[in-house]
Amino acid sequence: MTETTLDIQAIRKDFPILQREVNGHPLVYLDNAATSQTPRQVIDTIVDYYQRYNANIHRGVHTLSQEATDAYEVARQKIQKHFDIAHSHEVIFTSGTTQSINLVATGFTSFLKEGDEIIVSAMEHHSNIVPWQMLCERTGANLKVIPMNLEGELVMEKYHELLSYKTKLVFCNHVSNALGTINPIEEIIEAAHKVGAAVLIDGAQAAAHIKADLQALDVDFYTVSAHKMCGPTGVGMLYGKEEWLKKLPPYQGGGEMIAEVTFEKTTYAELPHKFEAGTPNICGGIAFGAALDYMNKIGFGAIAQYEDELMQYATEQLLDIDGLKIYGTAAKKTSVISFNIEGVHPYDIGTIVDKLGIAVRTGHHCAQPIMDFYQIPGTVRASFSFYNTKEEVDKLVEGIKRASNMLL
Amino acid sequence: MTIKEIQKEIIDEFSMFDDWMQRYEYMIELGKSLPLIEEQYKTDDNLIKGCQSKVWVHAELDGDKLVFTADSDAIITKGIIAILVRAFSNQKPQDIIDADVEFIDEIGLKEHLSPTRANGLVSMIKQLKLYAVAYQTQLK
Repeated sequence: MTETTLDIQAIRKDFPILQREVNGHPLVYLDNAATSQTPRQVIDTIVDYYQRYNANIHRGVHTLSQEATDAYEVARQKIQKHFDIAHSHEVIFTSGTTQSINLVATGFTSFLKEGDEIIVSAMEHHSNIVPWQMLCERTGANLKVIPMNLEGELVMEKYHELLSYKTKLVFCNHVSNALGTINPIEEIIEAAHKVGAAVLIDGAQAAAHIKADLQALDVDFYTVSAHKMCGPTGVGMLYGKEEWLKKLPPYQGGGEMIAEVTFEKTTYAELPHKFEAGTPNICGGIAFGAALDYMNKIGFGAIAQYEDELMQYATEQLLDIDGLKIYGTAAKKTSVISFNIEGVHPYDIGTIVDKLGIAVRTGHHCAQPIMDFYQIPGTVRASFSFYNTKEEVDKLVEGIKRASNMLL
Repeated sequence: MTIKEIQKEIIDEFSMFDDWMQRYEYMIELGKSLPLIEEQYKTDDNLIKGCQSKVWVHAELDGDKLVFTADSDAIITKGIIAILVRAFSNQKPQDIIDADVEFIDEIGLKEHLSPTRANGLVSMIKQLKLYAVAYQTQLK
């Protein structure tokens, strides 16, 4: 494998938090799948917004309001361009993936009837299971599950068997947050469309590693959270094809989403405002745009290549540890290593390595069905970003060994 | 020994260690001395919520004293519950209700006392005290 051409040390200087110490050790941040860190360029954008042009958007005639509106709409266009979306009004700002999914699930209530079927994958995050279960309860539709194999890959033959004229919706994550598997979404989308079903792909875990080309994918809905890709928390996007967004009813009522209001009748605003009731996270939206600028300047190709290099290196090093087992060994995976050491609870490992300044995730990663599948209480999850280094991987490995010695 | 005396004893033991590693190693040792809960009591009802790891606690009266047994699937959590059980077990319910838990702070485990911490030490203490309240009512 070729070595990266990225100047990782220079990139690290962009992230102030990477300079801090935790429990007397330099921070080794390997919980990027939960949230990524924020570069100075994005932090500066946030500070600049509040210091120079903080105002409510779309309504004011004054200069500040106009500047804020322009910046917010420019951010929408950046998102449109990045994900190769046909129209900027197909980009709906939300508070993140969870709200994006709930918006679609709630909207589909009026489209489904008893006996219809919804297909969901076995490796979903709870946020992509619970809203659909609630939708099924409201409508009498049935939830079907695409099973996975021991490697953590979806069993696609079963998926094709599950599809029928009853299938109305299919939901799957692009990348599994718990295992790192990259799912074959092209095949999933194409097959679903053949039976007339709509497809929502949860891109929360993928977006920081894979630049999705949504027009080429021909996906109906795609969701992203900014905080997983160097942006702030509390903002994300829902992409929906224009035809679907026009059909879906508004999610929440309020200001901004109306055209005309009388006490007799309200007419809704055009897209995207129909789904953006109330004052949005203006600063967050603008900062989301800045985060995309930052990552695109480094380049998604170079990022993906380097992260693969890191993951492969970490996989080799970790597998050298006695009793260590990796969960999720799919042929196609990215940036996540979920593992346990035989006889040791993941919580114990997480606690010890935290003392060494290393941040990893422990627990079920909001994907309990996966943990039930493997019959484990949870895993330790190390997840990588382009600002991590091989030296940090070495520290992780050393920390795990130390924890293992103490605990066994 | 009173709860206060036992706590003093635990503080003295932990004061011998200079760094966190030794403290944790000792805590792991203490975990092994935890009076284990009988399998029949390892039920969902006895499970303490709010922990990433599982913790079961059982309480029963021995005369006028309350005796705790417990277990956990994580070793560090087991050590923490062992320290609590050592301090509170074989004591009168009223004394358990009245006891403070500042000794946790003094043995360098303060970080585990935060209510937002996923290990549920706060839930464990609350559960032990709730048992004491329940049995105190029964004793009257």
